[in-house]
Amino acid sequence: MVTNQTTYTVDDIRQMLYQVFDPEIPTISVVDLGVITNISVDDMGAVSVEMTPTFVGCPAIDVMKNGVIEVLQKNGIEHPKVTVSFDTPWDSNRVTEQGKKILKDFGLAPPPKYDLVFELDILHKVSCPFCDSENTVLQTPFGPTLCRSIHYCHNCSQAFEQFKPL
Amino acid sequence: MNKEALKNLLYRMADDSLIIAHRNSEWTGLGPILEEDIAFSSIAQDKLGHALALYSLLHELGEADPDIIAFTRNEKQFFCAQLVEYPIGEYDFSLVRHFLFDTAEKIRYELLQQSSYEPLAKLAKKVSSEIKYHTFHAETWIKQLGSNGNEESKARIQSALNDVYPIAFSLFEKTSFEDAIVADGIFVGEETLQLRWVERVTSIVTASGLTLPSADYSVHYGGRNHYHTEYLQPLLDEMTVVFQIDPSAEW
Repeated sequence: MVTNQTTYTVDDIRQMLYQVFDPEIPTISVVDLGVITNISVDDMGAVSVEMTPTFVGCPAIDVMKNGVIEVLQKNGIEHPKVTVSFDTPWDSNRVTEQGKKILKDFGLAPPPKYDLVFELDILHKVSCPFCDSENTVLQTPFGPTLCRSIHYCHNCSQAFEQFKPL
Repeated sequence: MNKEALKNLLYRMADDSLIIAHRNSEWTGLGPILEEDIAFSSIAQDKLGHALALYSLLHELGEADPDIIAFTRNEKQFFCAQLVEYPIGEYDFSLVRHFLFDTAEKIRYELLQQSSYEPLAKLAKKVSSEIKYHTFHAETWIKQLGSNGNEESKARIQSALNDVYPIAFSLFEKTSFEDAIVADGIFVGEETLQLRWVERVTSIVTASGLTLPSADYSVHYGGRNHYHTEYLQPLLDEMTVVFQIDPSAEW
């Protein structure tokens, strides 16, 4: 049985995971992105982290998983159990408030909070991340990565991307 | 639960996703406009992800590793419907195939959220949330090129519909496991899926000023029972060429 010298709390682990970033948007952490679905520490101090990808085919999830393992090991947790599953599926409401701010600072319109019923309005009514105007138009629901759509702002004449509501 | 029946359904769905992903990816760099190039490429990447997730479920049930399943079988071992095998043709053919295929996928995954096999029900919930973007894309263009288009665009979409609609029924071909799949509550069945699909497709096609041809359902059957078109094996040869150079390579 492996025990760790230091026993961490769930909160300690969450703090560590703030240092693991999405490789495609390297300013947002896996915590703020909402891909960490569960953290647990058992009586023996063994650490388990559960994750889920934004999109099923997201190629970044393996990189993020390895990042999680690496940061936990750096903190002395030799054998963390990190699993990826769809038990708690990701949706865009899982992005934290701080995460939305980070996305906007990165130049991406954050996903709007929605009730998970897909209506075209939420794709069309998007605020420009540069000038906050709502005078924008959806150009295509598919962008440079699976999780982004492409829009155009008539106010500041700039194309921009949105982190898609899912 | 009848494990062989479950695996049969998973293989059919996974192979459909893998092969349509490959066909969609053939538009990368060739789309008629940049946005369509990106759309078909993105949808291809989603489909590949769905295929991997389904092959992973099969792996958990004792089948080989996902890469081995995807890259080492020949056409006689594939379960895909003939619809996904056809070459991309002109853009109108690919668009209409995308519309008919994804409409069926959307309904299939919605129904599978009730599956008695929990890992599949969970995956279905997740995949459904992505496929809505695929059907949104397809329906937008069917409408744009149909009732909102000009004579030429409308004629081309109608002609593609006449060709592809009969082939699309290959998606609903049953296998000898159908009764077990329905009895065990794994899936409500191909007949229910086909009925809902015809209803949905009819409503969009009619709203787009187009008409559906009559179709003899069974002409394009075969794929689910390993009888494929002449196009599948060349596709597999191309798809696996890098893997075959060194099957033991670490990626």
